Parts: sequence; structure tokens; C-alpha cells
Amino acid sequence: MEFVKSTDVVVIGGGIVGTAILRELSKYDLQCVLVEKEPDVSLGTTKANSAILHAGFDAPTGSLKAITNVRGNKLYHQLEKELDLDIKWTGSLVVATTEEEMATLQELMQRGHANGVEGLQILTAEEVLEQEPNLQNVKGALWAPTAGVCWPFGATVAFAQCAVQNGAEVMCDTKVLGFIKEDGRIAGVETNKGVIKTKYVVNAAGVYADEIAKLAGDDSFTITARKGEYILFDKTACNSLVYGVVFPCPTKKSKGILVCTTTHGNTFIGPNANELEDKEDHAVTMDGMNEIMTSARKLIPNLPMGQAITQFAGLRAVSSTGDFIIGPSDIEGFFNAAGMQSPGLTAAPAVGELVAAEIARLSGAAKKANFKAALPKTKAFLRMTRTEQAKAIEANNLYGRVICRCETITEGEIVEAINSPVGARTVDGVKRRTRAGMGRCQGGFCGPRVTQILARELNIPITEVLKERTDSNMFYEKYAADGGEE
Amino acid sequence: MNQLYDVIIIGGGPAGLSAAYSAWENGAKKIIVIERDRELGGILQQCIHNGFGLHHFKEELTGPGYAYRCIEMIKDKPEIETLVDTMVLDVKDNKTVIAVSPEKGLMELQGKTVILTMGCRERTRGAIRTPGERPAGVFTAGAAQRMVNMEGYLPGHKIVILGSGDIGLVMARRMSLEGCKVQAVLEICPFSNGLTRNIVQCLHDYDIPLYLSHTIVKIHGDTRVTGITVAKVDYKMCPIPGTEFDIECDTVLLSVGLIPENELSNGLNLAMHPLTAGPIVDQHRETSLDGFFAAGNVVHVHDLVDFVSDEAEIAGKYAALKALGKMEGEMREVKVSAINGVRTCVPQKLSMSVANPADEKVKLFMRVAAPHRKVRLEIKSGDNVLLSKPLPVAKPSEMIAVEIPAAKFDLIGDEITVGLLL
Ligand SMILES: Cc1cc2nc3c(=O)[nH]c(=O)nc-3n(C[C@H](O)[C@H](O)[C@H](O)COP(=O)(O)OP(=O)(O)OC[C@H]3O[C@@H](n4cnc5c(N)ncnc54)[C@H](O)[C@@H]3O)c2cc1C
Ligand SMILES: Cc1cc2nc3c(=O)[nH]c(=O)nc-3n(C[C@H](O)[C@H](O)[C@H](O)COP(=O)(O)OP(=O)(O)OC[C@H]3O[C@@H](n4cnc5c(N)ncnc54)[C@H](O)[C@@H]3O)c2cc1C
Repeated sequence: MEFVKSTDVVVIGGGIVGTAILRELSKYDLQCVLVEKEPDVSLGTTKANSAILHAGFDAPTGSLKAITNVRGNKLYHQLEKELDLDIKWTGSLVVATTEEEMATLQELMQRGHANGVEGLQILTAEEVLEQEPNLQNVKGALWAPTAGVCWPFGATVAFAQCAVQNGAEVMCDTKVLGFIKEDGRIAGVETNKGVIKTKYVVNAAGVYADEIAKLAGDDSFTITARKGEYILFDKTACNSLVYGVVFPCPTKKSKGILVCTTTHGNTFIGPNANELEDKEDHAVTMDGMNEIMTSARKLIPNLPMGQAITQFAGLRAVSSTGDFIIGPSDIEGFFNAAGMQSPGLTAAPAVGELVAAEIARLSGAAKKANFKAALPKTKAFLRMTRTEQAKAIEANNLYGRVICRCETITEGEIVEAINSPVGARTVDGVKRRTRAGMGRCQGGFCGPRVTQILARELNIPITEVLKERTDSNMFYEKYAADGGEE
Repeated sequence: MNQLYDVIIIGGGPAGLSAAYSAWENGAKKIIVIERDRELGGILQQCIHNGFGLHHFKEELTGPGYAYRCIEMIKDKPEIETLVDTMVLDVKDNKTVIAVSPEKGLMELQGKTVILTMGCRERTRGAIRTPGERPAGVFTAGAAQRMVNMEGYLPGHKIVILGSGDIGLVMARRMSLEGCKVQAVLEICPFSNGLTRNIVQCLHDYDIPLYLSHTIVKIHGDTRVTGITVAKVDYKMCPIPGTEFDIECDTVLLSVGLIPENELSNGLNLAMHPLTAGPIVDQHRETSLDGFFAAGNVVHVHDLVDFVSDEAEIAGKYAALKALGKMEGEMREVKVSAINGVRTCVPQKLSMSVANPADEKVKLFMRVAAPHRKVRLEIKSGDNVLLSKPLPVAKPSEMIAVEIPAAKFDLIGDEITVGLLL
């Protein structure tokens, strides 16, 4: 296999966890490369989840889940400004509908205290209804003021961009196929693009982390995919749903179906939980939709189903150990950040700290003096004042052309998303960076236009523009008049 | 920039263009049409098939042909300005309009009256909750139509169309003509929602099977669509277990309904009608907010562009009269109710001049709830019959237009009912 390059660390997987690790590693004098098999980052579990920055009262005290959750939540409060992240600190409610459930709330609160979660409080029914007037059958709720909702794709891209501005590299369309070992320790990674020589490997491959570990000779754990399905509503639906994050009382089996807002004011219901054989099964099912609608109706009987705009499903990477698997393995040079089911999104920055610190310690790498923590600030056209909008257009008149009519996303923003570091290469890449296509018409109107802009900016034919994954082409040449393809 | 217009028209489709012409004809001196696309004409520019204009221009035209006629009518009139590549972002209830374009930046225009003619958009996969994977290759039929007819690309090669409305039918023919294989058209209702002539000319002539009472229960494919699972549905439109079968395809086109584009109207808090999903208007096409008019697909979805023009001419006329201060005088409100098998009727109310009620035409546009043969349409006020008309066929897909004779105006009380005698 052809040699491509030589580096200190290869991070496998461009989800929130891989990019958070890459960013922390870029604080040290280490050469780092992230490899991602898909054409863009954030296409695994990170693209389809509840996006909640959990407070941290769920996981058993002392577990890696609990520790990294509480620490991760704190770090997001700090990273929000530095990386210009989209976060709404809504707080969260766990709503009890029976006396029995009120008792569970007490347990949750105690566990929260033990985990180090601040500000927890039990609210009365009246206090809950003041925040969320559409809820029914409320007895009381656990209020966690430190919880919030984030924009997971934006956070992933921001982590990657920050790492890149500090010298790290992101290679998309690069799939790990195997490893090269010398004297039992990791010496290189084999990919479809060739061999990358390296001293350390971090496995953040999501639902495939067990297969990657096995390739390296670590078969200490397995990962099962557990699917969660969602129904997302138009922004106008919040008035009949919720304004914040509402969990039902958890059962032994799951955190239950929640009713929840997003950073941009949409609302969703979900997720359910179903174990899968197939790690590529992202299908939304009729049964699944019925299940989440039935559950959500216990809290909100009149769901505005006419305002549903999309459905999607995400796969939780459930580890055989029951906890996150973070740190060095038995194979020298091979690290895991695996089994990252919920609260993996929240925990990611803390996982990054742990892994990077350990690799720095082992390699003796020092911290860079000139680490650039901040990313340039940007503001969506929609959120600008009229004066700011006028100025933006004066500087670049493409801000005067609205491409996505539902979310008011301009051509200027789309071009910027394509041309910035770790830029968008696909129609969905543009969508996840700018929100073009995320509104009520779901790209029906702007999809073809975004395709044309991508082709122009990337200097490729329209027929090569992808929706999302490899081979997900959007459009084809017309047949030639003689019947053959042009 | 802040200029005072007699009439500001938002949307440059056939409704906006016809309204502009009519406002001009009725004496408005300063009119502007604002269109967000790069050219005027609206949805017509991508409808390259025939079948437009038989009523309005007494001649069969293509979509772009019809649009050309409308554009010609307003061209070179110093009283009418047009802006393209310009999106209206906001309208205030004092008739200030905020628009934006790459060329002119952010603009603020002031109108004496405003006509809303924003057309409609297509219902999506998410709105109808089609289960399955989410690969590339699922398009709304209109988006695909634009790509094929205006940009010159194919959305795929082996096509299934969900929904037998006119757009779906027209696209079945278009894709066949382009050399693609149209595997099937699926319709969840027990009847087609398209015009009969389209079923014959677009499906039968190309041997494309139409499955009534069928829908998609799963879309397959990780990256691009590889096929679908279809099932028969019962009378409640629920899939019947055991009836599933697979169809191979790389593309699914959705023609599952149009929704009036009323973001701006909602921002203005106009009174909306739950069934038409458009603003409630009177016979002048004035909305619940004084000086705001609306016409075309933004009010209710039309199947014939000719009726769009008819309706827009009314809106243009009365907007002009209002701007010129000629719509004074006491009015009384009459409610128009759709009953007995009539699903919707526009206008939903009348504003009758107390002094001169017979001075105007009152035209009603309606849709029935289910298909019928040989029924009678009856328009009444109390016990007084204003109009009684036999209909050889009545279908939900075909809009019915009638005029109330002026001679009957003095029989009109507080309410008019529009219904079928079954
Ligand atoms: C239904 C659901 C709800 C959730 N809700 C929340 C929540 O509210 N709050 C929260 O904190 N967490 C939540 N989570 C968990 C959170 O989404 C995950 O912990 C997090 O996204 C995991 O990120 P990751 O980077 O580990 O995995 P991924 O995002 O899956 O990234 C792994 C990447 O590795 C790549 N890869 C795989 N194999 C290879 C290979 N051979 N070569 C190269 N690249 C490869 C994949 O393409 C993928 O991009 C939820 C999860 C689910 C499923
Ligand atoms: C695929 C298809 C096939 C058809 N076939 C036939 C046929 O065979 N025969 C027939 O008679 N009729 C047919 N029709 C029906 C007829 O063409 C339409 O009903 C008619 O074009 C609607 O006119 P409109 O002006 O209301 O809307 P549109 O044509 O949709 O025009 C609305 C315009 O407003 C603009 N706009 C919206 N919001 C804004 C904003 N905020 N700022 C600026 N501009 C805005 C839009 O860009 C658009 O150009 C067909 C329709 C379709 C979609």
C-alpha cells in the first residue's frame, strides 16, 4: 500500500468525539490527522440525536459517563464564546405524573448532587406549568438549570476548524482498513488512500469502534447499535408543544420519549430505543413513529402532527461494558473513545481532555504557547439587525440573494460555508452549516440552487454534487437525443 | 430608499402580473411587482407543457407562453416597475415592505395598498411522514420539474411518482419523454386528484400504471434510492398488512399537495381559513387587514392559471380603487359558507356596498369534497335561491367558478350558503 504521510496521532472518526479529541490534541506539540470515511464530518451518530447538553444526574455516580458529562457540560459553557457555538441554555425538566414518579425525582436529585450537578430543584406543578403551559397531568418536576440544547453539527465543525487553525489536518473520504504494527505497538494506519505512519491512534469510530479495535487486535468490547427515531416540527409548533427540554420520568429501561426544543426554535418528539443487527439501518418506521407519538401524548395530548416537517433516526453506540470506554488499550499506542452513547455529545470536550492529556504524557509533548482558541465570529443573516444586514450586503452582495426562503439563508452564507476551513462539500453539508434546507420545505426549493452553487464554488459538474454520502448524487445528465447517455 | 406606491405586489407569477395590469387599467399611477426569482412568470416558467390560457386568452399556450403574455401586457408602462432577484423579507401592517436583492441591497418601500401573490409551495416527504431510509433521490415533483425543464438535468432514471395530482401526472409524461422509465404512479385516494385529460395524455399514452389506494410504506437505499415497498391502503388510508410489494427505482417524485405560501400573511396576523390555508378574503380579494389584498395560489390552490388571472384582476382593480380613494362608502358584511359537499369557497365573505350593491360582479370559486356525477349547485341566502346550476361532473381536483347575477343582490341577507343538492 502506498505511503501517504507520517504523523504523531491519527484520530479515527469525524463525529463530535473525534473532533473534540483532535482539538484538544492540537493544544500540544503533536502532529495530528483525523480520518473520516464519509465526505464530511458529523455524518455518524452526531447528526441524529437529541442535542441536549445534559446536566449530569442520569449516570451512576463515579462512572465515566457521569464524570465526563458534568465536566463536559461545564466546558461547553466556556467553549460557547470561544468557538461561537450555537447553544440555548434552556435548563431541563424531568416531569412526574404520579406520586411514585415524584419519589423517583428525589432519587435523581440525590444522584445529581453526588455527581456534582449544581442548582437542581424540585418544582411544583404550578411552577412547571408556568414554564410549559401545554403539559398535562403534571405532578411536579426536577429542574436542572445547567442543561441546554446545542447545534451538534456546528459544534463538530467548530471543533475541527479550531484544530485545523492550530495545525491539525482533517481527511474526509478516508476509510481505515487496517493497522500496521511493529513489535506489538501501533506504527501505522492503512486507509483507502494509503498508509499513514503514526505513533498513536485514537479510535472514535462510533458504532464501528468495536470493529476498528478488533482490526488493531483489541477485542475487549463489542458495540451494539440501538436506534432512536424522531419527529421534528416546524418552528410555529412550539406554541402547542414546549419551549424547553422536557423528559418524562425515566424507567429502568430508558430516559423515555422527550418533547424538546432545538437551538433554532423547532421542536421534536423522540427518541424510542430498538436494538439493531444492522449498523447501517437508519430507517424511520411506521411502528416507531406511532410509538413516539403515543408516548409523547401522555405529556401533550394534542400533538400538532400537521406541522411535522421531517423524521430521522440515529444509532446509539452501546458498549458491552455498560460505560464509556476511554483511554489506552492493551495494544500499545492504541486508544479508545468508544461506546459513546448518550451523554456522549455533552461529554465530548471532557473526553478530549482526558485522551489528549494521556497521549501528551506518554509522548512527552509540551503545550503549544501559541494555541489559538478563538474562531472568528459569524452571525446568520436572519439574526442580524437591518443595519447589519445592509452592511453585510454592502461588503458582499451575495448576502442580498436569499437562497433558502424558509430559513432566510443567503448565497453569501452558503459560499462562506463552502470556502471556510473544513468546508461544506455536499448539499447536506451546506444544510448542517447554514440551515439552508432545514425549514418547512426541507430543501424542496433551495436544494437544486444549493447544488448549483456547490458545483460553481468547487468547480465540479452538477452531476458530481452529492447529497450527503459517497454515491449520493443528486442529478444526472440528460440522455442524448439518440438514446445513449450524453 | 423610501418611496410611496399606490400598489405594491409581492410575487411576480401570473397572479402578480395580472394584478399589476388590472391595477394600471383602473388608474393606479405607481405600481411595483417584486419577484424573488431571476425572472417574472412564477411557476409557469417551468411548466413547458400545453394547456394554459384556453379561458383567459382563448388560445392554448404553454406555461412560459402564458407568462410571456402576462409580461408583455405590463411591459413599457412607466407606471409599472418590476424587480426580480428580490425577496420580500417582511411586510408591516402600515404597508411598509422590506425587500432585499444583491443589486439594490436592503430596500424599504411604502405602499398605499399591498397585494399578496406569493403562490404556493409543495408538501414534502416529512409532512406526510413517509417511512424508510433518507437517501438522495427523493424530490418534490416541482423541484424535479424545474431541474429538468429549466436547468437541463435529470433527477434520476427509474422513477416512481407518489401522488396523482396534475404535477405528478405531467411529470410522469415529462420523465418518459426524457427517456426515463416511469415505473408507477401511486395514489393513496381511491380516485386520482388530477384532470381527466392529464390521466389520459400523461399515463395511458405512455403505458404507465396508476395504482389507486396505494402508498409507499418504506423507502430503501443508503446513499441513493434503490427501491420502495408499496402497500394497499384501507378506507382510512392505513396500509393493509400482507399487501406489500417492492418496486425498483432510483428516484421518488412527490406530488402530494401544494400549500399556499403564507409566511408573510402570518407575520401580518391576517385571518386565515383552515381549509384553504390562505387568507380569508372578500369578493374584492381584500383580506382581514384594510388595504391588503391577495390573489392566486396564495389564497387557495388553483388547477387552472386562467382562474388565477381572473382572481388577480379583481384584486388589482380594487387595490387601485382603494389607493385612489374610490372605495369609500358604507359596506355591510355577508358571510359565505361552504356546505353540503362543497369543501371550500372563495371569497369567504362579501362586502356589499349599501348604496350601490349592484355596481359590481361577484364571482365565487369553489371545490367539492368528493367526486360526483350529475349534481346541482345551489347558492342561497336564507330561503332565497341566488343561483342553481346543474353540474354534469364535480371533482375535487377541478375548481368550479360561478357568478352571482347582480339582479339577485337585493335578496342577499347576512349569509350566503354554497352547497350541492345530492
Ligand atoms: C437517539 C440518540 C439520542 C442522543 N441524545 C443525546 C443527547 O441528548 N445528549 C448527548 O450528550 N448525547 C446524546 N446522544 C449521544 C451522542 O449523539 C453520541 O454520543 C455522539 O454523537 C457520539 O459521537 P462519536 O463522535 O463518538 O460518534 P459518531 O458521530 O458516530 O462518529 C463516528 C465517525 O466515525 C466514522 N468512521 C466509522 N468507521 C470508520 C472507518 N473505518 N474509517 C474512518 N472513519 C470511520 C463514522 O463515519 C463517523 O463519522 C444521543 C444518541 C442517540 C443515538
Ligand atoms: C407543475 C404545475 C403544472 C400546472 N399545470 C397547469 C396547466 O396545465 N394548466 C393550467 O391552467 N394551470 C396549470 N397549473 C396551475 C397554474 O400554473 C398555477 O396555479 C399558477 O401559476 C399560480 O399562479 P400564482 O401567481 O398564484 O403563483 P406562482 O406562479 O407560484 O407565483 C408566485 C410568485 O411569487 C414569488 N414569491 C413568493 N414569495 C415571495 C417573496 N417573499 N418575495 C418575492 N417574491 C415572492 C415566487 O417566486 C413566485 O414567482 C400548474 C401548476 C403547476 C405547479
